[in-house]
Amino acid sequence: MAERMATSLQRESSPGGTERGPALLTIRNLVINGLVDDTVVPILRGIDLDVNRGEVVGLIGESGAGKSTLGLAALGIVNEGCILVDGSITFDGIDLRNSPESAKRDLRGARIAYVAQSAAASFNPAHKLIDQVVESAEIHKTEPRKRAVEKAITLFGSLALPDPTRIGERYPHQVSGGQLQRLMTAMAMNCRPDLIIFDEPTTALDVTTQVEVLTAIRNVVQKFGTAAIYISHDLALVSQMAHRIVVLKDGVKVEEAETRRMLAAPEHPYTRTLWAVRSLEKPPASAAPPILDIRHINAAYGQLRVLEDVSLTVQRGHTVAVVGESGSGKTTLARVVCGLMEVQQGEVVFDGTRLPPLRGARNADVLRRIQLVYQSADTSLNPSHTVRKLLSRPLRLYCGLRGSAGNRRANELLDMIELSGAYIDRYPSELSGGQKQRISIARALAANPDLIVCDEVTSSLDQVVQEGILKLLMSLQKELSISYLFITHDLATVNAIADEVAVMHRGRVVRVGEKNTVLSPPFDGYTQLLMSSVPQMNPDWLDGVIQNRVGVITPARFAK
Amino acid sequence: MMSPLVRTIISRLLLGGLTLAAVSVIIFSTVSMLPGNFATAILGQSATPETVAAFESHLGLDQPAATRYFKWVGGFLYGDLGESLSSNPGEPRFVADIVSSRLRNTLLLAGVTALIAVPLSIVLGVLSALYRGTTFDRVVNGVSLTTISVPEFFIAYILILFLAVRLRWLPTLSNVNDGMGFVEGVRLMILPVSTLTLGIIAHIMRMTRSAIIGVLASPYIHMAKCKGASPARVILRHALPNAWAPIANVVAVNLAYLVVGVVVVETVFVYPGIGHTMVDAVRTRDIPVVQACALIFASAYILLNLLADIIAISTNPKLLHPR
Repeated sequence: MAERMATSLQRESSPGGTERGPALLTIRNLVINGLVDDTVVPILRGIDLDVNRGEVVGLIGESGAGKSTLGLAALGIVNEGCILVDGSITFDGIDLRNSPESAKRDLRGARIAYVAQSAAASFNPAHKLIDQVVESAEIHKTEPRKRAVEKAITLFGSLALPDPTRIGERYPHQVSGGQLQRLMTAMAMNCRPDLIIFDEPTTALDVTTQVEVLTAIRNVVQKFGTAAIYISHDLALVSQMAHRIVVLKDGVKVEEAETRRMLAAPEHPYTRTLWAVRSLEKPPASAAPPILDIRHINAAYGQLRVLEDVSLTVQRGHTVAVVGESGSGKTTLARVVCGLMEVQQGEVVFDGTRLPPLRGARNADVLRRIQLVYQSADTSLNPSHTVRKLLSRPLRLYCGLRGSAGNRRANELLDMIELSGAYIDRYPSELSGGQKQRISIARALAANPDLIVCDEVTSSLDQVVQEGILKLLMSLQKELSISYLFITHDLATVNAIADEVAVMHRGRVVRVGEKNTVLSPPFDGYTQLLMSSVPQMNPDWLDGVIQNRVGVITPARFAK
Repeated sequence: MMSPLVRTIISRLLLGGLTLAAVSVIIFSTVSMLPGNFATAILGQSATPETVAAFESHLGLDQPAATRYFKWVGGFLYGDLGESLSSNPGEPRFVADIVSSRLRNTLLLAGVTALIAVPLSIVLGVLSALYRGTTFDRVVNGVSLTTISVPEFFIAYILILFLAVRLRWLPTLSNVNDGMGFVEGVRLMILPVSTLTLGIIAHIMRMTRSAIIGVLASPYIHMAKCKGASPARVILRHALPNAWAPIANVVAVNLAYLVVGVVVVETVFVYPGIGHTMVDAVRTRDIPVVQACALIFASAYILLNLLADIIAISTNPKLLHPR
């Protein structure tokens, strides 16, 4: 039985999807509005969506496109502050719009399950994992607890979780993020639902962990022939999971096609922009004298060593990308360069001068010449300051520009970051995510720096917005010959912007050099793992990775 | 190797002891600074310096402050609170005797109030979180806001006016004594207990409500709903276990208030509690009694807050189950 389902799920691109099962979920003309400060904002504007039994439908689009709202609607849930205005949601003949709440509750967890984006936040910290995994069975009284626990343990094994019989006795904070994400999949699967909504299940994970979780999810979904809606903003990921992909933009379905057909020939211009960042590539730059020389740095948080003998050179007008997963010491390195963290050993040489390790001891000119742009523009821009104030402070502090001279310069800066002067009196809350990040960049530019340390500046942005920011950074570099130390975990971004690359793993630089050399074989073990973990725009990519890593991530490794 | 939980609790206990020691120094020195002199207050303005000196040496008031402090604290550790300054030669009155029966009365009043008010307010808080935005929620919130906004003595007098004076169901005075029967004792305590309950119920209820509503915004609550959990299950099983820390804190503060802050209510109802005793002792400059009362109050406060801390710590799964 399972075998037959698995074969039917070979994600063949048979036109028209002849192997689809009968209809399971039917959404017609769904209109959902949100209320923001008493203003009605349309979220979904008349969406049709079909999911058949055993079929995985990918839902893709940038943030704000309405993906999650649509995903929840499939559970019959409309978030607080949102209103279902029109349309119908039918699950297996049951009207999810007009059924009483108790009837909808009977479906949730039992026949329609949900896997949330952040597993770490979605497990209740007060209860054991196993109690949460079997809770759906307990609520819906589908089977005795003992049986539910046995099923869960089998699932843990199928999901390649270590020590399946005992991992459930732990509490959420005692297991890793990747394990939690798999446990949440087990939680969703345990009642053998007909439909699972995966809402960006791997977005919060490192690229190497993401592969393991993707593989585990895909294996169990295929094994049980569960239908699924797989929500993501990453087309490459969705194409590994889905038979069919639906592209959403601003609450409207812009394109829908079988996975292979969409990848081969995207019809809508918007779909093509989802490739945007991957098509950027910086041409090689000519050699230049070094502006920053990091020599043999060792640093630690208390007993925990985070940087070990890290050396790195940034040439003037070049971009050095530092890549690695979270916990590899990338951000610590940025803090050391900016003088925000003490080092135990080693030195930072800037433009030929050895810098004092901490900010307080550095002179004002050095402080001006090294600027930092943070990952989250949301939290690094003071929400009670206007753009004018945000820019005028560094202008006054570093360049002594006040009054009309300061204003003129602030307007020039806005021009440079491709925002008009009209934005100057806005507050950060009145700007989009990409605009906020542009303002952060302008604030750094205000100091006329030689080096900008960019800490994951595009990580929280959508592909299209990312592309804009990366292009901006490159044109600024050309114009002002600024150097960047660019910290990222995304290899597509590296390809787009870097001249040199340093790969970090557990506090060490494992590989460093010119981009094309570092990103070409032969690889060392870790770089190989990192490279092969980056999702490709090829629906067979995951299968290839799995084949090459047999024994590393398959359940066989944990089977006794 | 101790578990972090045990270690944290031990360190809190030590910290509590240290706080108590500091407080005892403060009490001792402030009370010594109170204006007036007990000897002249007793013996009268016309007493000769010799009589005053003899009287002071009899009571040990002529010794240096440090010696008196350590004698006092040392005695306290053995339950010896010293002699009241109102003792007559030959028939000493021990502070412990004066204070203990009064303390028992206060603890009885506080305990009965706590037994009624704490469960009631937590249940009301849970219910108003569950039915937030409904008429029930608004009524409960409105009534509780009114009762905390009105001074306690006013509530006391209103209750006396209606229940005691107009309806004549209950006595106006609550002067309980040891020889009293159980039923009579209960009858006497209804009014003060009701007054105190109305005074503290609002705090605990509102904190319970807002702590639960705060937790309701968490992704794991959303997850529980996606698993088909009913609203009651969401609140009782998923929200409440994560809201104990703030609730325990507000309960502790209110229980401490019941012990130390009932002076007004005790006075209104002429209830023979420790607050009443302290007021009397301050009036007569009976310093040992004042000091003993103050130290008992401080201990109650510190002990209850310590308990709240320990509850908050021990309901935190990260400490309970270290990695």
